[in-house]
Amino acid sequence: MTVAIGLPYPFELAFMQRALAAGIVVGVFAPLIGTFLVQKRMALIGDGIGHLAFAGVGAGVVAGVYPVWSALGFAVAGALGVEWLRARRRASGDLALALFFYSGIALGVVLLSRGGGLDASVVGFLFGQPLTVDPGELGLIAALGVGIGVAVLTLRRVLFAVVTDEEWSRVAGLPVGALNNLLAILTAAAVVAAMQVVGILLIAALMVLPVATGQLLGRSFGGTLRWAVVLGVGSVVGGLAASRLWGLAPGGAVVLIAAGAFLLVALAKRSLPGSVRLEVTEP
Amino acid sequence: MPSAAPELALTPLLEADGISFSYGRQQVLQSVALAVRPGEFVALVGPNGSGKSTLLRILLGSLQPSTGSVKLLGSPPDHLRERGRLGYVPQRPALSPDVPATVEELVSAGRLARRGWWRPFRGEDRRAVRHAMESVDLAELAARPLAELSGGQQQRAFIARAFASEPELLVLDEPIAGIDAESQRRFRDSLVHLIDDHGSGVLLVSHELSAVSADIDRVVVLKRRVLFDGPPAELEREGVSLGIHPDDLPLWLEGLG
Repeated sequence: MTVAIGLPYPFELAFMQRALAAGIVVGVFAPLIGTFLVQKRMALIGDGIGHLAFAGVGAGVVAGVYPVWSALGFAVAGALGVEWLRARRRASGDLALALFFYSGIALGVVLLSRGGGLDASVVGFLFGQPLTVDPGELGLIAALGVGIGVAVLTLRRVLFAVVTDEEWSRVAGLPVGALNNLLAILTAAAVVAAMQVVGILLIAALMVLPVATGQLLGRSFGGTLRWAVVLGVGSVVGGLAASRLWGLAPGGAVVLIAAGAFLLVALAKRSLPGSVRLEVTEP
Repeated sequence: MPSAAPELALTPLLEADGISFSYGRQQVLQSVALAVRPGEFVALVGPNGSGKSTLLRILLGSLQPSTGSVKLLGSPPDHLRERGRLGYVPQRPALSPDVPATVEELVSAGRLARRGWWRPFRGEDRRAVRHAMESVDLAELAARPLAELSGGQQQRAFIARAFASEPELLVLDEPIAGIDAESQRRFRDSLVHLIDDHGSGVLLVSHELSAVSADIDRVVVLKRRVLFDGPPAELEREGVSLGIHPDDLPLWLEGLG
C-alpha cells in the first residue's frame, strides 16, 4: 500500500498513515482494557505479559514461526498463569507478576541468542516500530482491536462488577473465574497487538497512564473509560506526530505524551480551589 | 417481587440444620440450626470468634459444612441458579476509594444477577435500579461518585445494590458498623420497606441492633452452637435490651466470649 489518502503533514505519507491507523486502534483498546485492570489493582500486568510476549518472540525465532503468533501463545498462557496464581492466592498479585516478569524476559534473551536473533531487530519488539507496520500487520491489529472492543463494551457492566467486588460477585452468581480469565486473555491479545506500535516494554504504559488521567477527569466509571480512550488516542496521534517532526522514537514519544498529560491534569486539579480547600482541612 | 401462595409462605427462604464445621482440630460450629421465613427479620449475633462469619460463608455456599445441610431458596447454596433472588451486603465493601464509580453504576451492578449478566438492560431494569436507590433515599445522589459520599451513604449504596435484584432473601454482614445515627435510621426504614412491602426475609449479622430493635422478629445468639433463638422480648428476660440500652447486647456478648 503506497498510495496515501489526503492527510496533512506529518501524516501525508502512506507509512505514517498506517502507523496512525494502527496507533489509533491501540490507543482505543489499550486504555479500554486498562480501566478494568487498574480497578482490579493489576495495573502492571500488561508489563509482565509484555515480558512473556518477548519470550514468545524468541520462541518464534527459534522455531521459525511468525513471532506475533508465538508471542500471542506465550502471552495468553502467561496471563492465565498469573490469574491462576492470583485467584488461588498462591502468590500475591505483584509476586505472581514478578515471577513471570523476570522469567519471561530471561527466556526471551536465551531463546533469541540460541536462535541467532539477538540483534538490532529485537529493539523493534522492545520499543515498537509503528512506522514499519505493513498492511498485513495493520489488518491483524485491527482485527484484534475490534474483538477486544466488542468484548469489553458488551461485557462492561459485568466486568465492572467483578473487578470492583469479587466477593459480592461470587455470591451474586456471576461467573467470576471465567470473566477474570477472559480479561487476562484480552489483556494478552492487547499486548501482542500493541507490541508493534509502542513496544513490549511500553505497552503497559498505554494501558495505565491514560486511565490514571481519566480517573482524575471522569466523575464516573463510564466517564473514566471515555476519557481514557480519548487520552489514549490523543497520546498516540501526538506521539507519532512528534516522532516525525523531531525524529524521536515513536513508542517513547507516545508514552511521554501520555505521562505529560497525567502530570498536567494532576497539577491543574491541585490548583483548583476545591483541591486546595481539601488539603487545608486535612490534619 | 415474591408473591408466594399462603401454604408456600411458611417454607423457609433459608434453612440450615445440624451444621458443624472445623478448621483442622478446632471445631468452630456445632449442630447449628437456623431458619429465615418470608417476611421475617432475623438477627444473628455472637461474640468475636463465635463462628458467625464461618456460618455465613456456609449459608451462602462459599464453604462446605463438615456435617449438616443448608437450603437456600429451596436449593443447596452451590446449586442455586436464580442468584438474583438472594441479596447480599458484604461486611467491608471491597470498593477502593479510587474507583470512580457513581451510585447508579454500583446499584446497576446489583441488577445483573436478576437480569442475567449477559443480557442488555431494559426499561424494567432501569426502573428497578431507580426504585432501589429511592428506597435507601439516594436517588438524588445517583450521579455522585461514591468517593464523595459519607460512610453511611456509601453503605446505603451497597444496600441498594442488593435491593436492585429485588431479593426474596437479604443477607447483611455487619452493615451498620461505624455509620451515623441518621444513616442507621434510613437503613432501618429501607429494611422495613423490603420486609413489609415486598414480603422478603432478612438475615442481619450485627452487634449493633438498636436501630432495628423494634422490628426484629427473632434473635439468634451464636457461640459455636446456638445459645438462644427467639423473640427479642425473651432475650430481655435475660436482662439484655436491644433498644433502650444499645450497649447491653455488645456487653452481654462480650461476657459470653
